[in-house]
Amino acid sequence: MHADEHSHIKNEQMKVGLFIPCYIDQFYPNVGIATLQLLEKLGCHVSFPLNQTCCGQPMANSGFASLSKSCDKNFVSNFRGFDYIVGPSGSCVLHLKEHLHDEQHPGEAEHIRKHVYELTEFLVDVLKVEKLNASFPYKVGLHNSCHGQRGLHLSSMSERNLPAFSKPQQLLNMVQGLELKMPSRPDECCGFGGTFCVFEEAVSVKMGKDRIADHASNEVQYITGGDTSCLMHLEGILKRNGSKVKTIHIAEILNSNA
Amino acid sequence: MSHTSTLKHAEAAAQFINDEPRTNWHDETLWFVRQKRDKAAHGLPEWEQLREWASQIKNHTLSNLDNYLLEFERNAKANGVTVHWAMDGADHNRIIYDIIQKNNIQKIVKSKSMLTEECGLNEFLHTKGIETVDTDLGERIVQFRNEPPSHIVLPAIHLKKQDVSDTFHEHLNTEKGNNDPQYLTEAARQHLREKFIESELAITGVNFAVAETGGFVVCTNEGNADMGAHAAKIHIACMGFEKMIPKAEHLSVFLRLLARSATGQPITTYSSHFHKPREGQEMHIVIVDNGRSRQLGRADFRNSLKCIRCAACFNTCPVYRRSGGHSYHTAVAGPIGSILNPNIDMRANADLPFASTLCGSCSNVCPVKIDIHDQLWKWRQVLVAEGYVDTTKKVGLKGMAFLLARPRLYRFAGKMGRGVMRLFPWLVNNKLNPWYKQREMPAPPKQSFRDWYLQNKK
Ligand code: SF4
Repeated sequence: MHADEHSHIKNEQMKVGLFIPCYIDQFYPNVGIATLQLLEKLGCHVSFPLNQTCCGQPMANSGFASLSKSCDKNFVSNFRGFDYIVGPSGSCVLHLKEHLHDEQHPGEAEHIRKHVYELTEFLVDVLKVEKLNASFPYKVGLHNSCHGQRGLHLSSMSERNLPAFSKPQQLLNMVQGLELKMPSRPDECCGFGGTFCVFEEAVSVKMGKDRIADHASNEVQYITGGDTSCLMHLEGILKRNGSKVKTIHIAEILNSNA
Repeated sequence: MSHTSTLKHAEAAAQFINDEPRTNWHDETLWFVRQKRDKAAHGLPEWEQLREWASQIKNHTLSNLDNYLLEFERNAKANGVTVHWAMDGADHNRIIYDIIQKNNIQKIVKSKSMLTEECGLNEFLHTKGIETVDTDLGERIVQFRNEPPSHIVLPAIHLKKQDVSDTFHEHLNTEKGNNDPQYLTEAARQHLREKFIESELAITGVNFAVAETGGFVVCTNEGNADMGAHAAKIHIACMGFEKMIPKAEHLSVFLRLLARSATGQPITTYSSHFHKPREGQEMHIVIVDNGRSRQLGRADFRNSLKCIRCAACFNTCPVYRRSGGHSYHTAVAGPIGSILNPNIDMRANADLPFASTLCGSCSNVCPVKIDIHDQLWKWRQVLVAEGYVDTTKKVGLKGMAFLLARPRLYRFAGKMGRGVMRLFPWLVNNKLNPWYKQREMPAPPKQSFRDWYLQNKK
């Protein structure tokens, strides 16, 4: 935990580098906007390095980690010098934490690995947010993305015999009017899985359909989560089937105006 | 319905899912087993500690395997057991065939042993005109149907009551359409009882081999290993060399973990300890390598040999539950199979490490703490480096890597109508694109986040 190490830094003195993963930049700019506004509301000094592209995960998870070297380099040159790097995607953040390397700048790469945070963990562990001025009067189902949960330990896992907690739930509980509904399988994978979603199309879609059915049985209006990739996959299925259920990134809910 | 071993996982899985109600049933049945496991695991405050101990004992054993194997051999021999060493599956099968020939054996019963599946023992003996009878109920069912098991603990889990009824009607002459489990089990029991009584040779697997005593433990719920071994004049126990544990006291860790992880039972109905042949009986142990020493030499993958074959990783795997064991086209399916089988044949099994979303649930349930999903990731790197991944994938990802390393080009591609095609080659909006088959594309926004930022924040 690096929170304590920096607990003396006041929010406004914190130099936060905003990491917006490539598919959010391209397809879901609102998620980026919500993340930026939320961090600023909480007093952080946020900048968005303009030459960022991607964390390299799509290549690495497909077995081409060797190809992501230049991508890594680009990441390091964009994000060196920040106190924290924050991104609204558990899966990209996990990838960076585990695999970001730069032979020419090993120290800077290490600093990034140790100071890159997924949004909800940053809010809970570093900013220690206890209340939010947000309201979202809907029935919402939470999708725990695997990489956020099992990789970054954003919440306890149903398999393990350890005390229960959930950082995203803790934050959602601060939102006025929001009625949180957990699916019967609280941490089953949605089936996105990077290139798995196309190379194993049948299983991927079936997994997504099953997650949706689980949430739908709670009559939720929204499915939220910390990973846009999972949500993009679920949204694709919901839309194809003409469902009224919508997906929304947790940053958008936490930033929603009261 | 015969096993189609040539299909890759994705294709076989798609076929499986074609029958959606059956897929749902398969998923729910195994999820139920997973929940029973959770209940059993969460009921023991020391659960995580037990996992840690099991992992450490296995790690220690694997690093000292040569010594423990020799100690085991010494002690087993002193107990009057004949110990055989088999380099590979063929060796294993030959050793067993020799014993059969020497003793002029006709009737063989076999309790569950995934190792004999791995070595293809039944098929081999069949080519020699010798039939083995699998005595585990599930295994007998799939054997009648000429199918391989689809799960290492629940071999016939892909079949419904109706399928079993049809199979028994055909092979055991049960009443057509009678799906009553009790009736069907009774028919199997009568049938198997006869086989036990007639048998001259019993083949069993081994769950744990204890170096210090030269004894071994076989765990079953049906008692069929015991029925076989106690009735036949020869008992052959087959084991992969990783079944070793140093001391009998270590069983207290593993026996508590095994059944809880497998089915949620506190312990298997029968945990039978074999040490020496009874009067007039012959006892053999066949210790098999079959690629295990190669795996032991792979630093990233060696600890896959800690596996105690509980199948918890199968039951929890969201991909396995929705694709069925046969889609993995190997004796040991599921997540653990996907990290063991590339070691046995990289080319034939190159698809398996990709048959996962890397969700990590497998590593969390594993009672011996194998980092299964990390090993899946590492196998992907190895398979790509060794050239076992098809070129279209390679070209696509190379193009993507090129673009993502060049911020300007990336932005330009993005501007070309949010250039999905070049950025995310799998998100192309056409009928050939697997994304689009059952999912809509995200609607392209007017501007990227970066453009918004430049307009509003700079
Ligand atoms: S890898 Fe672990 S969970 Fe899977 S079968 Fe082996 S011991 Fe059980």
